[in-house]
Amino acid sequence: MRPAKFPRLSPSALAARRKEVASRLGKVLPPAALLTEPDELRPFECDGLSAYRQPPMAVAMPDRTDQVQAVLTICREMAVPVVARGAGTGLSGGALPLADGVLLNLSRMNQVLGIDLANRLARVQPGVRNLQISEIVAPHGLYYAPDPSSQIACSIGGNVAENAGGVHCLKYGLTVHNVAEVEIVTMEGQRLTLGGEALDSPGYDLLAFIHGSEGLLAVITEIAVRLLPVPRCAQVAVAAFGDVAAAGGAVAGIVASGVLPAGLEMMDRGCIDAVNSFLDVDYPECAALVLCELDGTQQEVASQIIAVTRILEHAGATGVRVSRNEAERLKLWSGRKAAFPAVGRMSPDYYCMDGTIPRRHLARVLKEIQALSGRFGLPVVNVFHAGDGNMHPLILYDANREGELETAERLGGAILEACVAVGGTITGEHGVGIEKIDQMCVQFGEGELRQFHDLKAAFDPDGLLNPGKAVPTLARCAEFGAMHVHGGKLPFPELERF
Amino acid sequence: MTGPGAGDTGEARDRADELASAVRSALEDGQPLQIVGSGSKAFYGRIPEGRPLSVADHRGIVSYEPAELAITVRAGTSLTEVEALLADHGQMLAFEPPHFGDDATVGGTVACNLSGPRRPYAGSVRDFVLGVRMINGRGEVLRFGGEVMKNVAGYDVSRLMAGALGTLGLLLEVSLKVLPASEVQVTRCFDLDVGRAIDTMNRIAGTPVPLSGAAWENGRMFLRLSGSQAGVTSAAEDLGGEELAGDDAARFWVGLREHGLPFFDGDGMLWRLSVPSATKPLPVDGRWLIDWGGGQRWLGTDSGGDRVRERVAAAGGHATAFRGGNRAGEVFHPLNEALRELHQRVKTAMDPQGIFNPGRMYAGI
Ligand SMILES: Cc1cc2nc3c(=O)[nH]c(=O)nc-3n(C[C@H](O)[C@H](O)[C@H](O)COP(=O)(O)OP(=O)(O)OC[C@H]3O[C@@H](n4cnc5c(N)ncnc54)[C@H](O)[C@@H]3O)c2cc1C
Repeated sequence: MRPAKFPRLSPSALAARRKEVASRLGKVLPPAALLTEPDELRPFECDGLSAYRQPPMAVAMPDRTDQVQAVLTICREMAVPVVARGAGTGLSGGALPLADGVLLNLSRMNQVLGIDLANRLARVQPGVRNLQISEIVAPHGLYYAPDPSSQIACSIGGNVAENAGGVHCLKYGLTVHNVAEVEIVTMEGQRLTLGGEALDSPGYDLLAFIHGSEGLLAVITEIAVRLLPVPRCAQVAVAAFGDVAAAGGAVAGIVASGVLPAGLEMMDRGCIDAVNSFLDVDYPECAALVLCELDGTQQEVASQIIAVTRILEHAGATGVRVSRNEAERLKLWSGRKAAFPAVGRMSPDYYCMDGTIPRRHLARVLKEIQALSGRFGLPVVNVFHAGDGNMHPLILYDANREGELETAERLGGAILEACVAVGGTITGEHGVGIEKIDQMCVQFGEGELRQFHDLKAAFDPDGLLNPGKAVPTLARCAEFGAMHVHGGKLPFPELERF
Repeated sequence: MTGPGAGDTGEARDRADELASAVRSALEDGQPLQIVGSGSKAFYGRIPEGRPLSVADHRGIVSYEPAELAITVRAGTSLTEVEALLADHGQMLAFEPPHFGDDATVGGTVACNLSGPRRPYAGSVRDFVLGVRMINGRGEVLRFGGEVMKNVAGYDVSRLMAGALGTLGLLLEVSLKVLPASEVQVTRCFDLDVGRAIDTMNRIAGTPVPLSGAAWENGRMFLRLSGSQAGVTSAAEDLGGEELAGDDAARFWVGLREHGLPFFDGDGMLWRLSVPSATKPLPVDGRWLIDWGGGQRWLGTDSGGDRVRERVAAAGGHATAFRGGNRAGEVFHPLNEALRELHQRVKTAMDPQGIFNPGRMYAGI
């Protein structure tokens, strides 16, 4: 194991170091692609997890792969840590800068390099926005399936680095299932292609391995994504439930029935109220709402809508609304899509969790979350990818109130531990970043963590890429004092926990 | 070597502790190990070295909840048993794995990452791996991933194990995503030459039809549709062609998957070519069979390996000497220098003493 340790520099030493690094980087980057003035650096101080802020020593904004190689080579020679960033929408602080590090901003590498219709591939630079791809290929009846809610803004490079998911991944998979090839540059300046345009490639599946690696293994400089044909038809059914357990039962019932929905989402009362007061979507007032989208050919969707409506009613739905046309479908989804901003209006701040659990424990974990919410004294509302068991409890707090952020974080930690205890994971799609680093000590034991560090060293022997994120050092875990929950078994199971 | 002989009664058995201590004592002795399932894929890859260590009687279903769309089994569990259990619950392994033998194990299936005709439309083995429990090259029992659909905590070691041919560690348990089985399947065939067949298969794959197989052999293109009765019937009408009767269709797709078709008879050299699916027919003489909508091509040829590799690389693909080649030489497509170096380092990170299946994938790895 090689824990990344970097000296904390005094302000004067940092200034001197910045000058030295800038002079080297200035030789390989045009002036407009290198920022070193403190007021230029300020806008880069955080990503989507704005509770953590830290301006970097410098920002490099290459627009070509050879510039990325040159920047990394220099940083390695000078032992400067590097944090890659796409659009900075990440919610776990993975792209949080380091005070003595270079922020490698890839948003200027934003060219679509080619569309191969015959092989249904699009080749793009990492800074291309997720939605842009689907927009470009739409005239050909194709699209790029993974659709994170942030898809207007987030970059494909960031999607690969986080293995992003979306509403449609139950049926169409995560980012890792929809990427054919990536080009990476290692901290040693090596340019490598992982995967390829064929359906597999020789050797280890390093393409899969780079997905979700949060910028710790290599910088992704080019991506070939797979495109899918746009389904002929899609319809959504929205069902109201008098209690959360019944809604959870409906979700399990649909999945078990042999229907594979394109999307299967759930919202609880707090979120429904927030959405209803935010926009005119007119969701029924109820304890829980299930949204189930079906897609395919006209005939297929028609027969599945009947089956799903029956399951929803059987599970105790008090009402089921089915979209009759595209406008109605989009309207019914608009509430789900606006859920985060709607909650954002209700509360000065919210903190979004990302635990994923086996679906059968949905009702139980939701109940535990409510109990924890009461205990910590902060409201929690829920909106999530129920079909995947991927929960997004939103903890409402006010950062201006002394201690509330810390309480929110402790509540969040407790929620994640509850997810691990039922055999789940601390993060389904947002990544560990800086935010959930302590919970990694709950999810994994010493052996797994050591294995992660060894694998990291295979790619980045000096530990210069995004140090301090995603995988905690063993020393940090010892300090955190977490108990590793093994196979869902906590030590002292007789003690009551939440 | 223990099992898969007399003790192989099919009963569930947890041998994780024994396997871990076998690995630890091999480490102490510096004794390389050859991990053996049922031996159904012993022909695949370079010549195995090391003392055989059987995982075939570390077997049994660990957990299966149909509503979770996930199953966890011990690595030695037979693929047939898993498929039968899933079928009882109206579910399937969507990557349609070839068995290549009666007793194929789930561990071997994951280690080889071999997928059947449905692969281009549903995904490969690695796409369905959710988690593993394994023994690494330090003799530690580790767990990565889990049974949930989405998991980005830590690096994705479980998917890395798929296709690693056991060179990175010994699989103890595998969790796989499963999918609802299709209500109906229909196969249509068309008389077409290979070039037009490849074009047609790719054009159709770009339109929203429930395609689950597309192959070409000897002047005939076969398209398989799977899904709900309503969806498949209307799509089949749109496609046209001649319907292959249920039994013949099943025989064809199973024969394709298991290499039971007459095309695969004989002991000649068989190449597996993996190329971008719309690639035009490659200029190499021999007998061709096209699967995966053009993405996987089987070639029986006497042409030299260098020529095959050169042609396939120029098309952006790679070639495997699947059967009948020189297994002391390179079976898999050679890696470039930088990639090879990275492979070496990944191997060392997982298996520092190089005791697992040395040389099975590449010489020195
Ligand atoms: C409102 C909102 C809704 C969201 N909804 C979803 C959702 O539905 N599903 C989902 O999965 N996520 C969601 N997210 C989270 C976020 O959008 C995703 O994680 C996204 O993939 C991040 O992309 P980015 O370009 O913003 O990456 P950044 O935030 O810039 O970076 C994220 C991580 O990736 C690394 N990285 C970025 N680019 C590269 C590169 N080229 N090479 C190597 N490493 C790189 C960074 O170092 C960092 O660790 C949401 C976020 C917001 C704000």
